[in-house]
Amino acid sequence: MNHAILTANFRRQFPGGPEIVAEDLRIGGGITVLFGASGSGKTTVLRCLAGLEIPDKGEIKFGDEVWFQKSGKQKAESRNIFLPARKRGAGFVPQDYSLFPHLAVAGNVGYGLNDLPATERAARVLETLRWLGLDGLEKRMPRELSGGQQQRVALARAVVRRPRLLLLDEPLAALDTPTRLRLRGELRHLLRQLGIPTILVTHDRFEALALGDDVVVLHDGRNVQQGAVPEVFSRPVNLAVAEITAVETIQAGRILEVRDGLATVIVGDARLFALAKDLPVDAREVYVCIRAEDVILMRADPVQSSPRNRLAATVVSLVREGPLVRVKLDCGFSLTALLTQPACEELALQEGEQLFALVKAPQVHLIC
Amino acid sequence: MSGAEWQLVGFSLRMALTSLLLVLPPGLALAWWLARKDWRGKALVETLVSLPLVLPPVVTGLVLLQIFGRRGPVGGWLHNTFNCDVVFTWRAVALALAAMSLPLFVRAARTAFEEVDVKFEQLARTLGAGEWRVFFTITLPLAKRGVLAGTLLAFARALGEFGATIMVAGNIPGRTTTLPVAIYAAVQNGEDTHAWTLAGVSAVIAFAAVFASENLLRRRK
Repeated sequence: MNHAILTANFRRQFPGGPEIVAEDLRIGGGITVLFGASGSGKTTVLRCLAGLEIPDKGEIKFGDEVWFQKSGKQKAESRNIFLPARKRGAGFVPQDYSLFPHLAVAGNVGYGLNDLPATERAARVLETLRWLGLDGLEKRMPRELSGGQQQRVALARAVVRRPRLLLLDEPLAALDTPTRLRLRGELRHLLRQLGIPTILVTHDRFEALALGDDVVVLHDGRNVQQGAVPEVFSRPVNLAVAEITAVETIQAGRILEVRDGLATVIVGDARLFALAKDLPVDAREVYVCIRAEDVILMRADPVQSSPRNRLAATVVSLVREGPLVRVKLDCGFSLTALLTQPACEELALQEGEQLFALVKAPQVHLIC
Repeated sequence: MSGAEWQLVGFSLRMALTSLLLVLPPGLALAWWLARKDWRGKALVETLVSLPLVLPPVVTGLVLLQIFGRRGPVGGWLHNTFNCDVVFTWRAVALALAAMSLPLFVRAARTAFEEVDVKFEQLARTLGAGEWRVFFTITLPLAKRGVLAGTLLAFARALGEFGATIMVAGNIPGRTTTLPVAIYAAVQNGEDTHAWTLAGVSAVIAFAAVFASENLLRRRK
């Protein structure tokens, strides 16, 4: 994550609910995904940033501007600060879009431009609608629009004001599957074109991977890991993150020895080599994480090339998942691989067969 | 109907409409305040607002007489400052009608505001709108039907008001006499035909107002 434009440290507790904690949250200039299961506090964090929810205590800063500041103590020395939503200049798109039901598309999109002269406002609205391919729908009422159109109108309404920050809550969740898949790519393209720092909430791993530059993983109301998307998804800091990011193979193991930066780990009946650079010296019990797409399957015993793990494996099951095949293997422990259909056919994989699985040492990630 | 009867109906309608003008600004503010905010003593204000619904109207009239009479705090001030008398004038009629119909309006408008999802108001704020703009461009338009229904109900209630009116405005034919007061006076004087004519007019207007109000509320569902 490069230079942070928004930093936050706050707590919010709902009566009878869990406490939501954002700790040292740092948001960069690109697209940041707030990622976590439902109930992990993503929406609360987003609403606190938008100014629609007031944290109990903490601080939110956008650049040098303080958006929120309150210490927990009763008699605080510093003043409490709360910049209301209307002064934050942050565009907000809620999960259900919340289009104003009594206003047509043009009225919805132009709502935030009331300080401009009418002609200029109309021009800006039209320009934004054109950009989103919505021109011609100006006079339609929200209920007359398809889900995908509603989503784009909500986006238009937020971006027409040229906000400093864009907040999107599950922007694709309200759509049916084909529309969602189509708009996922489109949304990334649009957000790229805008170049506005964006925070996007999602519980969908594929959305996080497709849309995010950075990711903040939330678990049980706390942010547990943040960083560039590939980094977080391939190197989860703990078991919870590994599970949320759906690392296919997570196995308990024990470190046998560490030599020349390479750790030897016993997993089940197998031995694995992994890079030891981030490992504490005294680490013994670990979890081994291997992403399914990093597993290579081969028929013949390959030539040994370090640092590679070469494992004799038996095919336990083959499950088709859309264009991919999920292959469960037994190689002394349970290992999962993802192959494309053609790759699977070329190998002529069948259940019960013997073959070899290869995993490069840098792709074996260890969690203490 | 005679010319005097038409005059009476016209005066009553004018007074009911004037009372609406008195009810709407504080009524909308109070309804919004009750629907959207939580503050200490809210229950007390709620009770006070609804009190005229259950109190004998004559008691409400008596209270108004005290406050707006020439020796009352507000009435005395108005008399001394503007040489403007309230009690036993058309102003007292409008005032009595307003006091009696305010609770109905506030209840209806409050329910209407509560039914507006706050998410729309919150979104308007993220688009830079201040509280006044949010109210007039989001909350009020979305609560339109309920508020209109409440207005009609308040109008109908004002037309039927008797007890408070006769206390503060009395029965001065052509100046403060409203339909219900005229009906009462007609019966007292044994003018049964006159009384029944006015009763019929009252029933028709009340029916129309309540019917329209119910229709507005039903169509919203």
